[in-house]
Amino acid sequence: MAALNGAVENGQPDRKVPPLPRPLRSLEVKYTKIFINNEWHESTSGKKFPTYNPSTLEKICDIEEGDKPDVDNAVEAAKAAFQRGSPWRQMDAPSRGRLLHKLADLLERDRVILATLETMDTGKPFLQAYFIDLEGCIKTLRYYAGWADKIQGRTIPVDENFVCFTRHEPMGVCGAITPWNFPLLMLVWKMAPALCCGNTLVIKPAEQTPLTSLYIGSLIKEVGFPPGVVNIVPGYGPTAGAAISTHDNIDKIAFTGSTKVGKLIKEAASKSNLKRVTLELGGKNPCIVCADADLDLAVECAHQGVFFNQGQCCTAASRVFVEEQIYPEFVKRSVEFAKKRLVGDPFDARTEQGPQIDQKQFDKILELIESGKKEGAKLECGGLAIEDRGLYIKPTVFSEVTDNMRIAKEEIFGPVQPIMKFKSIEEVIRRANSTEYGLTAAVFTKNLDRALTLASALQSGTVWINCYNALYAQAPFGGFKMSGNGRELGEYALAEYTEVKTVTIKLSQKSP
Amino acid sequence: QIFINNEWHDSVSGKKFAVFNPANEEKICEVEEGDKADIDKAVKAARKAFELGSPWRTMDASERGRLLNKLADLVERDRLILATMEAIDGGKLFSTAYLMDLGGCVKTLRYCAGWADKIHGRTVPMDGNFFTFTRHEPIGVCGQIIPWNFPLVMFIWKIAPALCCGNTVVVKPAEQTPLTALYMGSLIKEAGFPPGVVNIVPGFGPTAGAAISHHMDIDKVSFTGSTEVGQLIKEAAGQSNLKRVTLELGGKSPNIIFADADLDAAVEFAHIGLFYHQGQCCIAGSRIFVEEPIYDEFVRRSIERAKKYTLGNPLLPGVQQGPQIDKEQFKKILELIESGKKEGAKLECGGGPWGDKGYFIQPTVFSNVTDDMRIAKEEIFGPVQQIMKFKTIDEVIKRANNTSYGLAAAVFTKDIDKALTFAAALQAGTVWVNCYSAVSPQCPFGGFKMSGNGREMGEYGLHEYTEVKTVTIKIPQKNS
Repeated sequence: MAALNGAVENGQPDRKVPPLPRPLRSLEVKYTKIFINNEWHESTSGKKFPTYNPSTLEKICDIEEGDKPDVDNAVEAAKAAFQRGSPWRQMDAPSRGRLLHKLADLLERDRVILATLETMDTGKPFLQAYFIDLEGCIKTLRYYAGWADKIQGRTIPVDENFVCFTRHEPMGVCGAITPWNFPLLMLVWKMAPALCCGNTLVIKPAEQTPLTSLYIGSLIKEVGFPPGVVNIVPGYGPTAGAAISTHDNIDKIAFTGSTKVGKLIKEAASKSNLKRVTLELGGKNPCIVCADADLDLAVECAHQGVFFNQGQCCTAASRVFVEEQIYPEFVKRSVEFAKKRLVGDPFDARTEQGPQIDQKQFDKILELIESGKKEGAKLECGGLAIEDRGLYIKPTVFSEVTDNMRIAKEEIFGPVQPIMKFKSIEEVIRRANSTEYGLTAAVFTKNLDRALTLASALQSGTVWINCYNALYAQAPFGGFKMSGNGRELGEYALAEYTEVKTVTIKLSQKSP
Repeated sequence: QIFINNEWHDSVSGKKFAVFNPANEEKICEVEEGDKADIDKAVKAARKAFELGSPWRTMDASERGRLLNKLADLVERDRLILATMEAIDGGKLFSTAYLMDLGGCVKTLRYCAGWADKIHGRTVPMDGNFFTFTRHEPIGVCGQIIPWNFPLVMFIWKIAPALCCGNTVVVKPAEQTPLTALYMGSLIKEAGFPPGVVNIVPGFGPTAGAAISHHMDIDKVSFTGSTEVGQLIKEAAGQSNLKRVTLELGGKSPNIIFADADLDAAVEFAHIGLFYHQGQCCIAGSRIFVEEPIYDEFVRRSIERAKKYTLGNPLLPGVQQGPQIDKEQFKKILELIESGKKEGAKLECGGGPWGDKGYFIQPTVFSNVTDDMRIAKEEIFGPVQQIMKFKTIDEVIKRANNTSYGLAAAVFTKDIDKALTFAAALQAGTVWVNCYSAVSPQCPFGGFKMSGNGREMGEYGLHEYTEVKTVTIKIPQKNS
């Protein structure tokens, strides 16, 4: 059973079932245009693109397709909204915070609509969209609302007769390119700290999943953000996305997506105007289970850790290292869990796993599954698609996986759990770190020394101990090595959205 | 020679390159020329020194601080040697090298030494039954590329915060000025830093420098130099392994003088702010905007000030201006001076080369400069001062900000409203009020826009040399 926020706290299924929210079965999609200056626009080219429901394979609707001229218009609006003397620049910091709180209020009001849209667009189970995605969005907005008037510079004791202080100014116009796996949540992770610090935004949501991002445009306007502060341009990566990463009037870009595209974005930022760059990229995250772990807890956490969101998480626990002594039992219990996992219509309240996002991902995952079989891993369950039509894949478990297999090295982004064996702590540290990725890691053990040794030794931006996917707005999140640059969430995200200015004033006489 | 693992090495290729004295164009000596193969060796050494369980990783943070303080002691002991070397290699006035450059080096080392055991993570009150904290870990192996205008100071600005946070480094000093960096190698060994913690590979940008920015096993690159090369470095970082990047690049910094300023102070600060070290400063105040009513008087006093110069051998007392660093810079500056004359600026004094040997240029002042002239737009990096006129506050804010640079700016006024308006309005990483060039290790320094990414010095500089790790531990019951 899917637990709150994907984090399993005690391994026990919740006995009490509260009244569950129900999705809106015939929801009309109201917002399909480009959002600039709090107004809805058609694309400059007149082109539109379709967005599909991956569980029915039917087209939901057509969306205005933004390209460079639309991005240019959005940037112009964002730049104007950022001018000295503008309503946004002159606004008191706590008022920015209040607007973010009000936006959270409206998300709560329209929670069922947004969760329904998100499910239609991504195929994720409705209850997960409602309880996890939307919960994360609301909490993150409220968290950053609280920071808005606490963006503090310093006064600095320099030598000689000077008064020196720093201002933490907003960077300016921030471009945000968001992915399709958690469309609204990833948008809020960028929007909240950016607006909290006083920036303006030009957002390009993933072409597979623009609906919730566009809906939030209507809420931005309703809440009362000044025109031009938030602009949303749906479109494709090589056109609208590239227009953002190469734009000379965008001061910063934040991107969540694949490592391959992240590199292109950093390159484009350098070639154009040295815009500041934050990247949240892929992972091949180790999940280390020691013999003294609480086995039930470890099995359930590892299971949810890899299968959550159809395996489409940058944090997916896609290399499970189990200490030799408990290996057979761990595999046996993991297979039981995988076989019980309910795959089906994401609008059905019992469903735990929906379809993959699109044909391209579906094909890639099946190809990697085949490579697992071919390269000699033992297929314990699953291993193929569910029916002839549709993008559903059976929860798949491989055991006897070795480090050189493709399923042990490449990010699968699908419901496939590779389980490998280890003997010693030194060995597993070395193997866990042998990857160019470094996003998250998890350790299951009751031993204090082991836990803290591994917490130090693992080259990952987040290390979970006796839990998985414990992600909240307060704690910074980001990658070591090629899993990213910079951190989102927590106080640390504020540094990614401010530009520091040092002011040094000469005095005729020193003051202590 | 090349410094790796606390030992001196010849270059893998066997090649050497010559280092010249810009005051007389004579060769000082030859230096081993490092290339990709040498960088690879250095990175291997730095990576090994960074391994878990190594002497450097298991050292107490306070001990790292002690080593930095010891290094400062050794720099003080050898201050005369280093200042002389810097003056000969860099064309820097000896008195300036001794007092300012070496003074800055010692202060910076001691400042960063103090931070070493104060690199704090946080405990974070996360939702749910968890105990969450952050570790501010060293990033790993840091590649650092140093410029030729303040060779030793820039070397220290890079290694001090990096070492303070526990990183290991591979440093490539500028090919024009490798001598003081290499001398520091001997002091680093003497101070007791473990082998492999600091490695120094002299060489050229397109070879050794590019090897660093493209290297798949370097975790971060830090560069001070031109904006043009800065862009190439960030690009290479993106193309290779997404290494973290800090850049300190060029500037065309505005210096704004109001009619209510203390005129003597403004003229002096504006003068030093441009002419310091032959104009070869990223923060050079190379666009001076003077409020109309005092414009003529300001120009008159600035010319007087510029004419008072003795040029010559930078080692000799009584000399106020040394040579430019090399022929390439020398030619570029003269070309920009010619453009000033051609585009209609009024040449008030100077305007050409000086002497028959060495790369000397006369202190030059242009008045009646307009914003569209090349001398008002391009970074000159030479002893050429541009003075322009303005009428209103809004006008000068717009003109001052009308550049892709954003490193520094200054305003001279006694009025509190003006001072604080400009402190907010100017798009620059540092804004000076009633002063210029006040730079100190406590203050963060860096560029808005295309003058750079990130900040050096101050507490902020530490952020550039740490990688944040969040650790979340499940607990049975949380209590606040």
